[in-house]
Amino acid sequence: MTGELGQLALCLALALSLMQAFSGFFGAARGNARVMAMGRGAALGSFVFIALAFFTLMFAYVTSDFSVMAVAENSHTAKPLIYKITGVWGNHEGSMVLWMLILGIYSAAIALTQPDGTHPNARLGSNALGVQALIAIAFLIFILLTSDPFLRLYPPPFEGNGLNPLLQDPGLAFHPPLLYLGYVGLSASFSFAAAALLDRRNDAAWVRRARPFAIAAWTALTLGIAAGSWWAYYTLGWGGFWFWDPVENASLMPWLIGTALIHSMMATERTGAFKSWTLLLAIAGFSFSLIGTFLVRSGVLNSVHAFANDPRRGLFILMILFVAITSPLVLFAWRAPKLAPGAAFDVVSRETGILFNNLLLTAAAATILIGTLYPLVLDAAEGIKISVGPPYFTATVIPMMALLAMAMPFGPMLLWRRGDVKASAYTLRYPFAFAVLALILALAIARPFSVLGAVAVGLGVWLIGGSITDVLRRAGDWRRLRLLPPTAFTSALAHAGLGVVALGVAGAGIWKDEAIQVISPHQTMQVGGYTLRLEGTERVQGPNYIADRAEITVLSKGQVITVVHPEKRSYPVEQQATTESAIRTTGIADLYIVLGDPRGGGGWVVRAYFNPMAPFIWLGGVIMALAGMTALGARVAAALRTRRQATGLAAEPAE
Amino acid sequence: MTPKKQRRLAFAITLLLAGGGAAALAVYALQDNVLFFYSPSDIAAHPEKVPEGRAFRIGGLVEQGSVKRDRGLEVDFTVTDGKNAVPVRYSGVLPDLFREGQGVVALGTRGRNGVFTASEILAKHDEKYMPPEVVDALKRSGHWQEGQGKTGNS
Repeated sequence: MTGELGQLALCLALALSLMQAFSGFFGAARGNARVMAMGRGAALGSFVFIALAFFTLMFAYVTSDFSVMAVAENSHTAKPLIYKITGVWGNHEGSMVLWMLILGIYSAAIALTQPDGTHPNARLGSNALGVQALIAIAFLIFILLTSDPFLRLYPPPFEGNGLNPLLQDPGLAFHPPLLYLGYVGLSASFSFAAAALLDRRNDAAWVRRARPFAIAAWTALTLGIAAGSWWAYYTLGWGGFWFWDPVENASLMPWLIGTALIHSMMATERTGAFKSWTLLLAIAGFSFSLIGTFLVRSGVLNSVHAFANDPRRGLFILMILFVAITSPLVLFAWRAPKLAPGAAFDVVSRETGILFNNLLLTAAAATILIGTLYPLVLDAAEGIKISVGPPYFTATVIPMMALLAMAMPFGPMLLWRRGDVKASAYTLRYPFAFAVLALILALAIARPFSVLGAVAVGLGVWLIGGSITDVLRRAGDWRRLRLLPPTAFTSALAHAGLGVVALGVAGAGIWKDEAIQVISPHQTMQVGGYTLRLEGTERVQGPNYIADRAEITVLSKGQVITVVHPEKRSYPVEQQATTESAIRTTGIADLYIVLGDPRGGGGWVVRAYFNPMAPFIWLGGVIMALAGMTALGARVAAALRTRRQATGLAAEPAE
Repeated sequence: MTPKKQRRLAFAITLLLAGGGAAALAVYALQDNVLFFYSPSDIAAHPEKVPEGRAFRIGGLVEQGSVKRDRGLEVDFTVTDGKNAVPVRYSGVLPDLFREGQGVVALGTRGRNGVFTASEILAKHDEKYMPPEVVDALKRSGHWQEGQGKTGNS
């Protein structure tokens, strides 16, 4: 019964989305407040039904209802409950329902924050809801036609196929939902940009409405990418944190464009600069999300994320992608010449800083796109199979990011419209000195000798120092730091976060120590100044796996530091194996130990890494996300305050 | 030129320079970092196309009974597409899903003796998944069976 209920809910959501599209556009065209209100109601209703479908599917997983094909193929009664829940989006069908649920959340949020029909911005929001509905319609049809999550299986099997063991990890609970909150969240900026074009408006009203959604999406995307990178780090057993895998690139491109977008939105909202450019970025941001969805869902690329897939799905998403990208661009080409030009600014100004930021970020996204799509194009055109390796991406993206990092501390120092570069440089003299000192120290002390690593360390210190200087400058004095509003910390946090990431990338990427050796019990190996002694291995029985578990003692200068137990697990139901690496972290460096396969004579391959500063990579990501949360929190608080004042419901007297 | 036009021109030039610079960097980096894919039959048919010392990727199935592990780190096996086979030597930890009879993609170089020295064996994370290049190689050699890389998972 549950299966049919879910399917019905999806159909009702589709019907309500059609109504949302109609009343959104028609209400806006006629300026009819009642029709526009109907669109808002439809958006909320559509969200409720998608949520119902989602929880119906979750119920089928939790109760192991194997008459539902998706459950039979991806679940098992012996699976722990948490993985029955997260397993809902551990497969194509379920992850598309999650995609829809998050689109529904954003549409509902737009509807709930939408002003009344008489408000001058009512038509803008109504059109935006119409565009959101079009996206929802396209993807609901895609789900119902090609990826029905509630398809029945008759007769139902007694047992399911189980979930891919690599996905039986707490990472699955966070990584995909956060990533989708980011990816799909960029739809809100896209819809408001399209609405502004439809409404022939080129004031900053759409930016004011879309910006909180853009910040929310960027924050979630930052956390989602960091979570994914951490998951890959501890689960894949390769000691790396970023692989330039096409699917990772697919999430990095919208992040880069999203970062450019939140900066250019800031300029457009503040001074009216970059009006057309911000529109284009908003369209590009969600377009990159759709490209990402296509790359992941179509199975066209060889990637660790690639799974066997149905080619029809790829074609369908490609069609959605084509329409979603071309139609707003055509609209833009048609309307943009008639738009008022953006506000002017001096060559030295914060706007120029933002322009620099936008140029580099979009160029980085473009080069990643070229490297990701080039193999596809060459295969389609000439049947030549190639792949583009990590060296391409590091050779292109790293220099651009380094240039960006050099300029970043100047951005918040410069005034809008007319800045003073000399005064800013003078303010930044201390961070500059520290950065140069760090660079020289890294060159002198860190081994192996690496100019690239030293530059990364210098830039990291430069960014962190620049942020501290920025906050102190705003406060005037460190004793008055507490008096600063939270928004004074946002850019400092975001920029410092990137600096922390730079330190981590330098440490784990360049100064890692790697050792790989076949050792028998009681033999030792060396890594990063530590001695590892294999005590032995044993067979252990887990809830749904069997594992070879090694006991390895870690010694430093003859003293026992810790004992670790890396495992190699084998899942009989799924006929698959996974590696459970043992990671010991001091917060400043990681010792990372992996048990490989057995070799002749009782020996085992053991792979070990010493990754200095590796935890900084994820710490930096969290700091950046905190910046987004601070900005968002301040906006929500301000909105609530004005609403309370406007409705006269303020309980306490006005401040 | 009015100051406004001057400013616009300056921006246009900056944009062009930045775009051109990025494109040049991308093309330059692509030239050096493209990895070609060859199946065992490709190598047998056009050995001259596969230069010694230049890294490329090879793919096919791990031949049944071909995997030999010794006491050290080295593993020897044969990659086949049904028609032709190439001996591969790899030193390191094999991915969890490395199995005889399964699809595999390896990255490395080919020596004068015809042995492919792999520096990396690409991991996949789904038993049913077959890398698209391997599917294509098997199809071309006529050894593809429908359903080999059947329906799946996410």
